[in-house]
Amino acid sequence: MSDNGCGFPAPGLHSFLFKPIATVGGIEFNKVMLLAIITTAVVVSFFYAAFGKAKVVPGKLQMIGEAGYDFVRRGIVYETLGKKEGEKYVPFMVSLFFFIWVMNIWSVIPLAQFPVSSIIAYPMVLAAIVWLVWVGLTFKRHGFVGFFKNVTGYDKSLGAVLPLVMIIEFFSNLLVRPFTHAVRLFANMFAGHLMLVMFTVASWYLLNSWMIPAAGVSFVMTMVMIMFELFVQAVQAYVFVLLACSYIQGALAEHH
Amino acid sequence: MIANLVQLAAEEKQNPLIPPGPELLVGTIAFAIVFFFFWKKLLPNINKVLEERRAAIEGGIEEAEAMKVEAQSVLEQYKAQLAEARHEAARLRQEAQEQGAALIAEMRAEGQRQREEIIAAGHAQIEADRKAAASALRQDVGKLATELAGKLVGESLEDHARQSRVIDRFLDELDQKAEAAR
Repeated sequence: MSDNGCGFPAPGLHSFLFKPIATVGGIEFNKVMLLAIITTAVVVSFFYAAFGKAKVVPGKLQMIGEAGYDFVRRGIVYETLGKKEGEKYVPFMVSLFFFIWVMNIWSVIPLAQFPVSSIIAYPMVLAAIVWLVWVGLTFKRHGFVGFFKNVTGYDKSLGAVLPLVMIIEFFSNLLVRPFTHAVRLFANMFAGHLMLVMFTVASWYLLNSWMIPAAGVSFVMTMVMIMFELFVQAVQAYVFVLLACSYIQGALAEHH
Repeated sequence: MIANLVQLAAEEKQNPLIPPGPELLVGTIAFAIVFFFFWKKLLPNINKVLEERRAAIEGGIEEAEAMKVEAQSVLEQYKAQLAEARHEAARLRQEAQEQGAALIAEMRAEGQRQREEIIAAGHAQIEADRKAAASALRQDVGKLATELAGKLVGESLEDHARQSRVIDRFLDELDQKAEAAR
């Protein structure tokens, strides 16, 4: 990868490793953890500023907050779960959306310049929470037998293929789905970060003598990638929450 | 080269899909805090306000509806009143026209009457003047004729004429002739 002999510092997996900046109670504290905690601070303080002293006639900040809140509530939760069933899950989905979005946005913020969600641990935690909610809900709604019927997609009309379908569905729903749920977010942000680092480093690296035009191209690509990443960051947060909602909808749905 | 090899070795040990333990913990806590704030404080807060706003807007709509109904009834009332007023005005105009016509006719009649009176008075005056002039003329003519006859005869006929009324008779005859000739 970096063994091309010209000394170009190609980005790779090492771009996702950080030296600890402090050790707190035996835990090595690194930049990504710090960013994760700042994410919490940013989301909470923004919405506290917007909704803390909410008024019937909203100020600018409250209006922005309401637009975001409404987008998740109406655009995602009500759309998939319906207003009656969905209301209960609105706080969960709203926090998921903004938490993930801000984690992603760090990718293009100067000094931070690293998407927290490109470290698998963070998407995994969130996917695991969604998975737990989904499993718990399915048990609660359908009971023990109903749970297995729901998870395995039990359907008598399938006849002979039913056992096969049940095995596939079981693995798909219980094991593969949470994994893909987490990896989808992780991989998108991971790849996006690699691209950004690639073009950024290249713009600098190519900045000598006759390569300067190439450096210019690389710099323009960096700008284009930043725009594209801004888009991807929002889309991935949206997709993660949308999928979470659709899983929960599957748990709430009557078994057919 | 050596640095690169070390790096490669480090990369082989690392799998991006295996989560580091501490980060799981940090991620969980970070998300839990966000969720807790949204769930307990911020969303109930904003929901209350949104509900209030919705109520306010609906209240406003109801109020507007009531006002609309009221405005409608007032408008109808006004329209009815306006129609009545127009009707009344037309009636008054009609009446005024009739009265005016009557007044004009009356005035015309009055004028006619006065004119006739004036004309009649004029006629009477003229008649009286004519009679006065005629009688004055008659005396003068009598006197002149007597004087003329006296000069012709050579003596005053005045006394005689006065006694005999000859001139009067002559003049009456003249009158009669004039009447007959006319």
